Amino acid sequence: MAAYFLRRIGYGVITLLGVLLLLFVLFFAVTDPDDIARKAVGERARPEVYAQWKTNHGYDKPLIINTGATGAGRFTDTLLAEHYRRMLTFDFGRSDADDSPISRRLREGALPSLGITVPLFVMGLVVSVAVALFVAFFRETYIDRVVLVLCMLTMSVAGLLYIIAGQYLVGQLLRWFPISGFDPNPAVVARFLALPVLVGVLSGFGADTRFYRTIFLEEIGRDYVRTARAKGCGDARVMVRHVLRNALIPILTNVVVQIPFLFTGALLLESFFGIPGLGALTVEAIQGNDFSTLRTMVYLGALLFIAGQILTDISYALADPRVRLG
Amino acid sequence: MSAPLLAVENLSISFPGEAGPVRVVDRVSLSIARGETLALVGESGSGKSMTALAMMRLVPKPGRIQPGAHIAFEGRDLLSLSVPDMRAVRGAGIGMIFQEPMTSLNPVTTVGDQVLEAIELHAKLSRAQARSHVIELFGLVGIPDAKHRFGAYPHQLSGGLKQRVMIAMAMAMRPRLLIADEPTTALDATIRAQILELLRDLSAKTETAVLLITHDFGVVNEVADRVAVMYAGEIVEEGSRGELLGHPRHPYTQGLLRSIPKAEARGHRLEEIKGSVPRPGHWPTGCRFHPRCPHAFAPCPGTEPQRTTVSATQAACCHLLDRSVEP
Repeated sequence: MAAYFLRRIGYGVITLLGVLLLLFVLFFAVTDPDDIARKAVGERARPEVYAQWKTNHGYDKPLIINTGATGAGRFTDTLLAEHYRRMLTFDFGRSDADDSPISRRLREGALPSLGITVPLFVMGLVVSVAVALFVAFFRETYIDRVVLVLCMLTMSVAGLLYIIAGQYLVGQLLRWFPISGFDPNPAVVARFLALPVLVGVLSGFGADTRFYRTIFLEEIGRDYVRTARAKGCGDARVMVRHVLRNALIPILTNVVVQIPFLFTGALLLESFFGIPGLGALTVEAIQGNDFSTLRTMVYLGALLFIAGQILTDISYALADPRVRLG
Repeated sequence: MSAPLLAVENLSISFPGEAGPVRVVDRVSLSIARGETLALVGESGSGKSMTALAMMRLVPKPGRIQPGAHIAFEGRDLLSLSVPDMRAVRGAGIGMIFQEPMTSLNPVTTVGDQVLEAIELHAKLSRAQARSHVIELFGLVGIPDAKHRFGAYPHQLSGGLKQRVMIAMAMAMRPRLLIADEPTTALDATIRAQILELLRDLSAKTETAVLLITHDFGVVNEVADRVAVMYAGEIVEEGSRGELLGHPRHPYTQGLLRSIPKAEARGHRLEEIKGSVPRPGHWPTGCRFHPRCPHAFAPCPGTEPQRTTVSATQAACCHLLDRSVEP
């Protein structure tokens, strides 16, 4: 188990180094640092201002080989080395757009993001697993068919429409919750988060329910389920103790990999509901040519994805006694 | 004569097909006395497993038991029991073991807990009491090192041991009837003999009646008191083991017996029954066996043969036995 875990982390590190190289190519070779600087200070800025900005943001070094330096400095005093050093030590520097420290923006954005993604994740999971288990039990009946049609309908509607319709119906007509906005005060924060969470649950409901239903149906047909019935298990017990317990294994693949992404927030929901989380920060960075922030978010996304994969493999070993990692 | 332990009457099972319901079991009647071992024999697709599942009311959806059937177990009609009452019969009154020990156990639960569940469902015992009962059962069915094996997962056990676990589970509540659906088919020949011996010993020791489903006459010869032969959803012949193996009256039973390899027939070509079992929904008219029967004559394709009694215990459905039709 420990050896497997270490090997898995080793692969993760290698993948991460590769991701960083790709990021470097995308952000510094495809878009050059001069472009970034010009966009930040404006096309008509004086050359001194332009050069000063590049120095402040560390974009003044050569890309891969520093011909002006001697010894090891030829390779270490470059943008590439700086890029790796900063990302691997989580020293993200300052935003290209407004010079604010990126690490502070991350800290500020994490809580509002978790406030929306964690309830969304937990509620979405509970609702779709429960509904899927329910319709799997009533398979081939009209209850099953009605829910399947509902799933298809909710899947066929674009996510944006849920946001706009939710804001209009619940925010404008019924006036249950504010249309958008955020207030970190614990007394009122739930009022601001309720609508985006609800919209998120609804838009993910169809696909997840159908997926879990398929898994449950596959398990229900297995021989051990018949054995459980033959020894006198009731329906509820069969579904929960036998079917759900075995279906956990495929469900875990779908679920555990999502957990790390709870930190990066929800892009659409946050920007439409005006929640100052990390998803909104990312959208803002894309719109504002804020390359250093965007680079940080892409890097963190990759890091979390790799963590999710490792977590999935470990959870397999915990859920399925047949998997012995070694 | 006392009432039989189990009496099945007029059991038909059908599944929805493209052109209306398709029968897989057709008007089956059979009975099992207390402590008796009845072997239900037939080729794959003859409906023997469905017949057994019907006794547990476990016919898989969307299959249906047709109205008009009666399954009396200890005098109670199982088909009209409430769901909780039927649940109390499963596992406690009737135990069942299946063909595939590999897939019939829950892969993510220890075998001890699975047998424990069978006890918990029917008896109010403390966990420690139930646990020691399970370990005792493991010893009874010949699982070595029972205490240690309690915590084993199914994939850690061999096929033979898994089938012993299944038997322990089915016998945990001392059922009056044990249904064994091809219990040895998936096992190696050496293990097969051990499992059969275990079943025979257990049923004798506990006076449990056994309904043994098999296609193997070797198994029948080892354990059965009585035999019923199924073909295309119907019982075509039944009788005591001696009668059926010694004097089979139905051409199908005769064919089955002739197709068993024998030591003294070495070097001779093995006889076979021509053709294969017709699929449900494609059963021939009249006698369903007539297209494959070497003795078929005038009435066979048109008229269904009636059940004809041969002795006090033997009966068969064949026009050859019916004195009113002249061959």
